[in-house]
Amino acid sequence: MTPRGKEAAALGLHRFGFGPRLRRDSYSLDAIAADPRGALLADFERPKAGYLSVDLPSSTQAARAVSDFRAEEHAKQKLAQRAAKDANGTAMASSMSDAAHAPASATAGAPQPADNKKPPLPQQIVQNEASVRFDAAVESTVGFVERLVWFWSNHFCISADKDVAMVGAYEREAIRPYVLGRFGDMLAAVESHPGMLFYLDNVHSMGAASIDGINRDKGLNENLAREILELHTLGVRSGYSQADVTSFANVLTGWSWIDPAEPDHGGEFVFNKRLHEPGDQVVLGKTYPDEGAAQGRAVLADLARHQSTAQHIALKLARHFVADDPPPSLVAKLAKTFDSSGGNLKALAKTLVTADESWAPQRKKLRPPSEWIAATLRVAKATPAEPSSLIDLRTPAGDWLNIGRLMNFQVALGQPLWRPPAPNGWPDTEAAWIDGVPRRLGIANEIASRARPEVDPLDLLEASLGPLASAETRQTILRAESRTQAVALLLMTPEFLRT
Amino acid sequence: MPFLHAPSRRAMLAGSGALFAWAHMPRLAHAEGRDPRFLTIVLRGALDGLAMVAPVGDPDWIALRGDNALRFDGKVAALKLDSFFALNPAMPNLHRMFQANEAIIVHACATPYRERSHFDGQDLLESGLPQPAPSDSGWLNRALHGLASAGRVDAGERARALGVGPALPLVVRGPAPVLTWSPQNAPPASEDTARRLLDLYQHADVKLANAMEENAKLVAMEHADDVRKAPGNQPRAYFADAAGTAAKFLAQPNGPRIGALALDGWDTHNNEGIAGGRLTQLLGSLDGALAAVKANMGPAWRETVVALVTEFGRTARLNGTDGTDHGTATVALLAGGALKGGRVIADWPGLKAPDLYENRDLKPTTDLRAVLKGVLKDHLRVEDRALAETVFPGSKNVKPVAGLVA
Repeated sequence: MTPRGKEAAALGLHRFGFGPRLRRDSYSLDAIAADPRGALLADFERPKAGYLSVDLPSSTQAARAVSDFRAEEHAKQKLAQRAAKDANGTAMASSMSDAAHAPASATAGAPQPADNKKPPLPQQIVQNEASVRFDAAVESTVGFVERLVWFWSNHFCISADKDVAMVGAYEREAIRPYVLGRFGDMLAAVESHPGMLFYLDNVHSMGAASIDGINRDKGLNENLAREILELHTLGVRSGYSQADVTSFANVLTGWSWIDPAEPDHGGEFVFNKRLHEPGDQVVLGKTYPDEGAAQGRAVLADLARHQSTAQHIALKLARHFVADDPPPSLVAKLAKTFDSSGGNLKALAKTLVTADESWAPQRKKLRPPSEWIAATLRVAKATPAEPSSLIDLRTPAGDWLNIGRLMNFQVALGQPLWRPPAPNGWPDTEAAWIDGVPRRLGIANEIASRARPEVDPLDLLEASLGPLASAETRQTILRAESRTQAVALLLMTPEFLRT
Repeated sequence: MPFLHAPSRRAMLAGSGALFAWAHMPRLAHAEGRDPRFLTIVLRGALDGLAMVAPVGDPDWIALRGDNALRFDGKVAALKLDSFFALNPAMPNLHRMFQANEAIIVHACATPYRERSHFDGQDLLESGLPQPAPSDSGWLNRALHGLASAGRVDAGERARALGVGPALPLVVRGPAPVLTWSPQNAPPASEDTARRLLDLYQHADVKLANAMEENAKLVAMEHADDVRKAPGNQPRAYFADAAGTAAKFLAQPNGPRIGALALDGWDTHNNEGIAGGRLTQLLGSLDGALAAVKANMGPAWRETVVALVTEFGRTARLNGTDGTDHGTATVALLAGGALKGGRVIADWPGLKAPDLYENRDLKPTTDLRAVLKGVLKDHLRVEDRALAETVFPGSKNVKPVAGLVA
């Protein structure tokens, strides 16, 4: 039985978004109760849906800035070491008899930890990117497109642990423009993005018979080719062989970047012919003639259209939004749409939202930490700004929830932003996250302790969960000993943790 | 002017308390050569006044609470206040203050609120209104607003850097400018909150319940060798830090004089206990907080009044889970060197069934507003008219209790 009206509105906004925004506007549960599916679909039709209009450095600008920053830091250290060495030498010269004792001032010239509030440049870049990402999620009206961004970003993840400079811009450049476009275009953008090429070690991969391969006696790195097949497109055990991986890796040789230390074009994608393995390559039984970078683009285009890719993406999408073990009929519908639409991701998302299977009233998906934090912030932001009689010591309203704090929340809950442990991204099942749920209570309590006292927790419950809240949950909120406790409990109810 | 030297930045960050204080010093009291300090501590959740201060002289007391009744000859002997009232043994510091005439307990005391909702009860306790109604200001703030200023508190840049505060309690909201301090970290979620959540999970979501229970075991193991950090002892550290930090500020020569903070956790529906129960732990924590206030006030303690108030009391009888449910009258506590203390003030209503309010709660015989008005009038020199009209609107017939302050 499919839920209707306000219940469907709540179910839809939690399952496909980050929960309602808790404002009395045209996106509240009551406002969209007449047509919840329509409200979700309308999220696609906003002008520039998925895009962020922000003035932040591009991935290549960021890569050059970080490269410069590191070079300067390195130079400072060298100078300090020299100074220390000189001091050491002077001391030794002046007291040769006591040479066994290193002078206490030996480290005096070493750089002291900076006492300014701003983090170092690389962290600043990530924080700025994280900040606009959080804002987009927390302020989104329906949130479905943002959730799609998060899904695809995780599907095609790179990690700040390997390259801190590009990770935020990568999402804006290679994911966002395509979330409602074609899968093949996103795939092409992702696999040719310098962030991905560096993350999966393709920048230095070279054909054994390429010019550089011969001159330097070096060869292939298969990492990118394998992960494209296993993770990004066909899926593991979908029929490709080691020979396919090797051939595809040969195809991708030459897909590289310009060293970020280059002042003008550092960090940009480049097809470096000297690294490229010459000749035809056979991948999945098809021969691809050597046309330089076009050879790789041709393989990617075929992978994007492959039946196994359709199956793989359909399963992942259904698992992410609907259930850890999604109904096979839903997966089949999604795969069919993927296939028939030529990988049209808007059509795919539309199928997801219009399928009855997606509206099952059982809400078993456990929100991963990142989504839960965004959902809690939508509740926290529902409380109005502080009055003006409050003076002096208070930082601007909401500042306690600065981006550093939010990123720490994600670290504390085991899902640091843009730092997945492996190329397969964050897991999408309950088993991965349920043990960490008790740790969320401290954060729920911290957020709740900042909620304004005139906020009625029952109003929050009604605006956020509405008919989804069980009688037990209502009683638990109603009987809380304080509003702070009530709000903390609300954020931790099964109905709020699960979608 | 130098200010805030004593509480170093480190001390502030370690203290997890949030203090809300008036940005000015009261002039009238200054003119008299006094420099009064006033700290309001709101106990949210409804304190069981009978468990904190027991009417051991009432012939119906033992029958009412049975094995859980405090008594002089009990397994854990209650601390004697007078021939009729005894203090919970978890509060030796308060007992010493009482003996030194530095504490007053007002029993069978309540706000005008007669329903049993925490949220509404807390609103009324803090707004000072005669009945539940939306309010954007609290009685303490409105009392300050009427006071002439003897100069601004010098907050200084050091304090500014610390100013990340949780939401203001209603009692200090309003037109008078208020300073806030709070640490980087919010208080940890209480054991009580976790227990309520576990209750809900056990009814609604077995997997979440299992995760909570497994986590509790791990936490217990983790803190096996560190008693202070054990979940049950967290309120003790938090209460002492919060109240103690507040006192450090109020003690400063150019610091604030009037402040407020809230300590949660008093909603003891089960396992209240008289020895080792939840309430005993909380009362012990509160006792530690009072000791911290006295210690950190230093010489200013003799000009200090601390008022501890709660939204309502609890049922006179125990419920089926060794706890108490929402009730009506309870105790209000005043502590501080400025008091004419060593007294329990009570127009005792009795504990026989017909004497109880609605045959379930201790009957209120003293209006909490009368107590607070007495302190505001004699300690801070708030005028009668302001007290009756703006601080506690519509309270003309509630006369301030005289003679609380020495």
